[in-house]
Amino acid sequence: MSAMLNLYTRRRIINAAGLSVSVLAMLFGLFWLCWILFTLLDHGLPALAPVVFTQMTPPPGSTGGLLNAIAGSLMMTLVGTLIGTPAGILAGTYLAEFGQRGWLAPVTRFINDVLLSAPSIVIGLFVYEVYVIRVKHFSGWAGALALSILVIPIVIRTTENMLRMVPSTLREAAAALGAPQWKIISFITLRAARAGIITGVLLAVARISGETAPLLFTALNNQFWSKNMDQPMANLPVVIFQFAMSPYEDWQRLAWAGALLITLSVLTLNILARVLFRQSATTH
Amino acid sequence: MSLCISYNRGGACPRYFFSHNHTTMPMFSHEARLRQQAVFDLLFRNLTRVSAFGVLALLAAIIVSLIVGSMPAIQAFGLGFLTSSDWDPVNDKFGALIPIIGTLVTSGIALLIAIPISFGIAVFLTELSPRILRRPLGIAIELLAGIPSIIYGMWGLFVFAPLFADHIEPWINEHIGSMPYIGPFFSGPPMGIGMLTAGIILAIMVIPFIASVMRDVFDVVPAMLKESAYAVGATTWEVMWNVVLPYTKVGVAGGIMLGLGRALGETMAVTFVIGNAHELSKSLLMPGNSISSALANEFTEAFGDLYTSSLIELGLILFFITFVVLSIARYMLYKLGQREGQVT
Repeated sequence: MSAMLNLYTRRRIINAAGLSVSVLAMLFGLFWLCWILFTLLDHGLPALAPVVFTQMTPPPGSTGGLLNAIAGSLMMTLVGTLIGTPAGILAGTYLAEFGQRGWLAPVTRFINDVLLSAPSIVIGLFVYEVYVIRVKHFSGWAGALALSILVIPIVIRTTENMLRMVPSTLREAAAALGAPQWKIISFITLRAARAGIITGVLLAVARISGETAPLLFTALNNQFWSKNMDQPMANLPVVIFQFAMSPYEDWQRLAWAGALLITLSVLTLNILARVLFRQSATTH
Repeated sequence: MSLCISYNRGGACPRYFFSHNHTTMPMFSHEARLRQQAVFDLLFRNLTRVSAFGVLALLAAIIVSLIVGSMPAIQAFGLGFLTSSDWDPVNDKFGALIPIIGTLVTSGIALLIAIPISFGIAVFLTELSPRILRRPLGIAIELLAGIPSIIYGMWGLFVFAPLFADHIEPWINEHIGSMPYIGPFFSGPPMGIGMLTAGIILAIMVIPFIASVMRDVFDVVPAMLKESAYAVGATTWEVMWNVVLPYTKVGVAGGIMLGLGRALGETMAVTFVIGNAHELSKSLLMPGNSISSALANEFTEAFGDLYTSSLIELGLILFFITFVVLSIARYMLYKLGQREGQVT
């Protein structure tokens, strides 16, 4: 009898220990999130003066802002998204709508999943090799190209998933009315999956707006205001990298301001994407 | 009918006969329209197919361009590149050993920390969390994954490293550094930056990836299995450890490999805190270098063909390692997905 009791007690103790460890693990995860956000607000908010949005990146020792970096980041993110999204949607459509037969779809799906988490610095190297070396200078276009390569796999994956969630009765109803296949896909299934696909695009934008590594060898940096995408272009992540690693205190302050801006926009995009997706999921 | 939509190859499908203009339009123009639509279909299908093919072309282009770029270094050093610890830009002698070891060691440390914690988080989210908290907590963990890596790097350099140097490294030195066998790995000056710091930061970064994959695969376990275990009197922990984990082990391993792939390729977070020293040292507290941080720091300043191409070869090695790891990860996750289809 006592042996039985012992066994039960031991099992109960193991259970309690295991579960408390998992609660601690959860708290551990949240702890870092809170700590990092707190640090960002603590260092970033005091540095976030209006000049940050009105002046160019300064030489060390003088005041300045991040205007050229913010503008450069926005432009490259926009162009990268504009290049990557259509390509991603088309390929995702193939995987979901035409991919039932043949070798292309499964292989593409697999490769795409691998590219989804491929190291972004290698993408930077690739664009350097195929574009920057050819034109012999760093440029905003190269940066946008590198970012678009990061966008494509994310958009493909979400497009395929969202199209698969569209009930096939919808396709069949359209086909029964005599609609040709390209009309069924572009006016019915893609439209039904619209909210989900926009979610994917938002997540992709969130991902690339914080990416630093692929821009190091492509867009490089630019201390001055430049709208010319064919020139080296300032962008927030690389400016943050350069300023944070520098010994100058005013540069480091600007780096914190930039870091806060980037994190806030990335987190906002992430939350926006989730809210949007949830709304679309409930209306279906 | 659905067969007809999915596998339609041109105009053989009966749905073309059901046009609403069928009775009012003259027959010849109707047929012309049908032919026109068939052409559009063909164009559309091939456009999407070309885009899908583009993904494969992209992969091929990445591999080819990296190989072409690293050709000078491959010709100069051959296989010895992998085992040489030289890194001497002045005399044009390069070897990949130190960055490779740095990458593997930091990722290894990251996994050692991240696996148990991710498991705990996944258990909490699937079994313990009150229903109301489940979604917000899951989102919080995913937001941790959304924070750009450069932020982790800055935070690591300015906040974590000083604390680590002042409070934790002296303790490690004193208590673990004097132990036999493992002591040498944990002794050294408390600088705050180094391989161990980089590994810890990486761990914080990959926890959300591994935890969310684990949560997702735990969710596919049929409720019947868990309920049966509870019905014969198993505790929650026993259900997780003896029922859920064995059922999902392929998927869990896939999630871990996915996290490993992330950790191997992570650049900015590591670059800030690893110290960027091309030196091979036994101690984890000493600065080191990883493939990605070497690239981030040196590539734009590299002079000479051989230096640049050695760095590109480092990139090629990194891409190869992560490609293999991620392929294994995806394969494992697919296998779990297949079995899920069979069982339920």
